[in-house]
Amino acid sequence: MTWVVIAVVGVVTMVFKASGPVMLGTRELPPRVASVVEVLAPAMLAALVVTQTVGGDHEIVLDERVAGLAAGGIAVWLRAPLLAVMVVAAATAALIRLF
Amino acid sequence: MVQTVRIRHGVRAALPLAVAPFLFGAAFGVLALDAGFGAVGAVAMSATTFAGSAQFAAATILDDGGGVVAAIVAALLLNARYVPFSLAVAPIFPGSRRRRAVESQLIVDESWALAGRSGRFEYGVLLGAGALLYVLWVGGTALGTLAGDLLDPEAIGLDAAFPALFLALLAPYLRERRALVTALVAAAITIVLLPFAPPGVPIVAASLASLIGLRR
Repeated sequence: MTWVVIAVVGVVTMVFKASGPVMLGTRELPPRVASVVEVLAPAMLAALVVTQTVGGDHEIVLDERVAGLAAGGIAVWLRAPLLAVMVVAAATAALIRLF
Repeated sequence: MVQTVRIRHGVRAALPLAVAPFLFGAAFGVLALDAGFGAVGAVAMSATTFAGSAQFAAATILDDGGGVVAAIVAALLLNARYVPFSLAVAPIFPGSRRRRAVESQLIVDESWALAGRSGRFEYGVLLGAGALLYVLWVGGTALGTLAGDLLDPEAIGLDAAFPALFLALLAPYLRERRALVTALVAAAITIVLLPFAPPGVPIVAASLASLIGLRR
């Protein structure tokens, strides 16, 4: 039965990922649709930040990730490179977990 | 030629992230074995689904004795975010419909976010970053099924590195007022829904914030 899960999740996920490039293609979008698509990226990034920081199973979980994000946020504010931002966030969470 | 350069940019952009998909991939391999996927099944899922959170959700549910339907529904809800992700990057994919369908499989949270880091999506970066992450994710899964857990990703704080990465990639957008408002509304929708909605649904609902784009 696990193969049913592997097959169904695999095929449907592939369809999800291909949906934009296959349906919309390279054609020019109507201006109103284009302006919605334009702000999709910041909307989705903001949602990812929230779920990956406090996301749990049907709950909000406040743990070391929050401290990591705060430290990473300071690094972003100081215009640190991506790698530095990630290292700062990871190290902060890891250190707090140690103690 | 130019494209090759851009793809190389993408590979380089994703290199700092390289350790994480490898370790999480190995962790998935171990969990999938426990859940009865077998090594081939575990690698097959990483190669076809190529989306960490959904794979972990499906394997965890099966491992806990949950049903096949529950595992499928949970995984697909988590992956439904790839519809708005895919719509947002759609215009950058060239070539035939079949080629677009194949190449779009390299869309994953990190490659998608990295491809948009300059404020508009770059095709080469998406392919380069996506290909590197794909190899590491599938390779990590295979190694996990053979060698067991390599190193607990959470012990070195990798779960905190990802929200920070997405925040760093979000930051450049926030200078523009409409994008800032959209991001705040999306974050609010996500937080409000997190305690009630099944995992994955809050992110999809947050895509509605982009309707702010209709206002001129």
